[in-house]
Amino acid sequence: MSLIALLGATEIGLIFALVALGVLISFRILNFPDLTADGSFPLGGAVAATLIAGGHDPWLATLAGTVAGGLAGLTTAWLNVRLNILQLLASILVMIALYSVNLRIMGAPNMPLIGATTVFSPFIAQAPDSQYLIQPMVLAVIVVIAKLALDAFFASQAGLAMRATGANPRMARSQGIPTDRMVLIGMALSNALIALAGALYVQTQGGADISMGIGTIVVGLAAVIIGETLIPGRTIMIATLAAVLGALVYRLFIALALNADFIGLQAQDLNLITAALVGFALVLPSIKRKIAARRSASTKRNTANDAR
Amino acid sequence: MMRANGLYKTFNPGTPIENPALRGASLDIPQGQFVTVIGSNGAGKSTFLNAISGDLIVDQGTIEIAGRDVTRLSAWQRAGLVARVFQDPMAGTCEALTIEENLAIAWQRGEKRGLRGSLNSSLRSLFRDKLATLKLGLENRLTDHMGLLSGGQRQAVSLLMASLKPSQILLLDEHTAALDPKTAAFVLELTDQIVRENKLTAMMVTHSMRQALDHGDRTVMLHQGRVVLDVAGADRAKMDVPDLLAMFERTRGEALADDALLLG
Ligand SMILES: Nc1ncnc2c1ncn2[C@@H]1O[C@H](COP(=O)(O)OP(=O)(O)OP(=O)(O)O)[C@@H](O)[C@H]1O
Ligand SMILES: [Mg+2]
Repeated sequence: MSLIALLGATEIGLIFALVALGVLISFRILNFPDLTADGSFPLGGAVAATLIAGGHDPWLATLAGTVAGGLAGLTTAWLNVRLNILQLLASILVMIALYSVNLRIMGAPNMPLIGATTVFSPFIAQAPDSQYLIQPMVLAVIVVIAKLALDAFFASQAGLAMRATGANPRMARSQGIPTDRMVLIGMALSNALIALAGALYVQTQGGADISMGIGTIVVGLAAVIIGETLIPGRTIMIATLAAVLGALVYRLFIALALNADFIGLQAQDLNLITAALVGFALVLPSIKRKIAARRSASTKRNTANDAR
Repeated sequence: MMRANGLYKTFNPGTPIENPALRGASLDIPQGQFVTVIGSNGAGKSTFLNAISGDLIVDQGTIEIAGRDVTRLSAWQRAGLVARVFQDPMAGTCEALTIEENLAIAWQRGEKRGLRGSLNSSLRSLFRDKLATLKLGLENRLTDHMGLLSGGQRQAVSLLMASLKPSQILLLDEHTAALDPKTAAFVLELTDQIVRENKLTAMMVTHSMRQALDHGDRTVMLHQGRVVLDVAGADRAKMDVPDLLAMFERTRGEALADDALLLG
């Protein structure tokens, strides 16, 4: 694989690290199976792309995309905690609705950003030949800031309250934690991060596309699960680190798989590989358990025999 | 001080499985009193405690804690007044969080939680001192996950959590039921000690008449969602389990007779 391809994979991996951090909050911390991501990722992209194309400041556009994602997450949470719609169903409703919303925002199925001023433009202007190097560097800084900010938040009083909400809501309420409010805030935070990823994605890819969100949640989950397998650990700092690394490893793995001509995989096989990978990662823990159980059963049998 | 007045709660109203769990339950507990609660399965003891904690909202009646009408407040809004320990050792703590994180959550029971750090060195040393009083060696395991502790250790920590911050009433719903006899005795003794030291107002549900008489200042019996027996002071002091059992049978017979009259 060439250096450029490697940096390209790193760049997308860093963007999906933000998605993974968002998925970590919903699926792992709040225990809220949330598929809004497939809508909030392109929502962030659509809002940012539309504003940038309209000549607005790219940072402001990115911020607007992020806030829009937060509102999407808030809507999903609201459907669940106020209207008692099942978590998964609530998120699917919002995801579907966002497809129309995104089309409305862009006014067309896609919005090119060729030559537009993005958040990366000022940095690229300093070293015009090294765009492929500078974009991942800027993204890395953003990801590190996001990771550290989340670590700090989840160590705070409110952050701990949010973790308790996901881990044991009844206990949380008995301690005076407004669990409904925690779910609303947490889901907003989660989808804001995912939309931020979308807003940055369109600026690296030269435009937004209505179908860019397909499979976002699966990739985010893949990153979280791969990360947990690579560096298991129950502290927040390790969990966020694992999510970021999981996203990077996942994208590198995909790039390698697509690059290895002898396997014969092509870009259109991406979703199939992802689904297979996530499916495998999901059953891995139960396979491990089964093997461990069988082993301990046979040890017991052996000791029983020895005793006899 | 806690005052429950004529509480009614019916589960699944208007359906074939309609179940009137509370039918006019009333109880007045003055400041600093420790009440033990007995009653057969399904008598409504847990429902009564859940009504006081706000885990469920009653259909009728009023609940006052420390002079405040809390009848319509949800559980998290009452948490500043109510402390509780659940029957299931898993229920009162977060197993995914560490011991110190669980204590930090309890340290802020009923308070507003902001962006300030949830733990610091002075809090940790306070937690260490408090854990040392349990004599379980937990003071050296602050960063261990709660899930690693045994049921008894967890209930002991739950009790500690319930007493970290002052409360107007402490609710204990069969909090030793899931423990082996020796551990149960230890947790019960710890309960007495914590209630005494902090001069807590408390309600403890138990299935053991022995425990009901040996602990606390007053014993009430619930039957079919009502308080049917209430003994304290000298009457209670000279009571033994057979006396209580006899009273239990008698009130139950009367209640049955009442129902028979109603049905007839
Ligand atoms: N959430 C619920 N939904 C429906 N019915 C319920 C619910 N909780 C309790 N009940 C019913 O209400 C009645 C009183 O239950 P409760 O749990 O208060 O009894 P209890 O006195 O605590 O009994 P136990 O000694 O077995 O714990 C029972 O008939 C029970 O089946
Ligand atoms: Mg009960």
